[in-house]
Amino acid sequence: MAEQTENPLRDAIAEAIRDNEVILFMKGTPEMPACGFSARTVAALQSTGAPFAAVDILPDPRIRQELSALSNWPTIPQLFVKGELVGGSDIVTEMYETGELHETLGVEAPAAAPAPAATDPGAQPLGIENNLR
Amino acid sequence: MPTTDELKQRIEAAIPDATADVEDWTGGGDHFRATVVSPAFAGLSRIQQHKLVMDVFAGEIGGPIHALSVKTHTP
Repeated sequence: MAEQTENPLRDAIAEAIRDNEVILFMKGTPEMPACGFSARTVAALQSTGAPFAAVDILPDPRIRQELSALSNWPTIPQLFVKGELVGGSDIVTEMYETGELHETLGVEAPAAAPAPAATDPGAQPLGIENNLR
Repeated sequence: MPTTDELKQRIEAAIPDATADVEDWTGGGDHFRATVVSPAFAGLSRIQQHKLVMDVFAGEIGGPIHALSVKTHTP
């Protein structure tokens, strides 16, 4: 994992995945998703109220290239929890519908009506600085 | 341009005892939705199940196949 490679960008991505318990690589930002699949994934994540980091892959095509090489997953978005690839928008949406997403993120599943807001006072603001260059 | 039939046949040929339903999601011939049922998915995590399907089209997703949405089940 920490082995020296000649690929600082890939190392930076691996580090971001390692350092953020929940991290979403997406097109655009949570505030302004640039693709329907990313938007759907963000909406599912936000509805759980769990904090997550987000990285916009659009500014540099190499981010996507290196991310997919690392994760062996061809499409965007990609959600990682505790260093493991959980899936893209299909899997996240399906997990949201079955309640598994809440479980995976370690938050309580809604009893009946899903509460969309992050009411947890300890919830962190969404997004991290995108410093993958 | 890939067709839904071609995608279906390739999935069924690659995954043991698989039955695949492939739809052209947008009518544009590049966004597809596949529902795949196979006993080979038993015991695998969702991501591993989806990877089996994605791997059939390695290198084509993001290219000629712009998007492939996948649902997997065991029979």
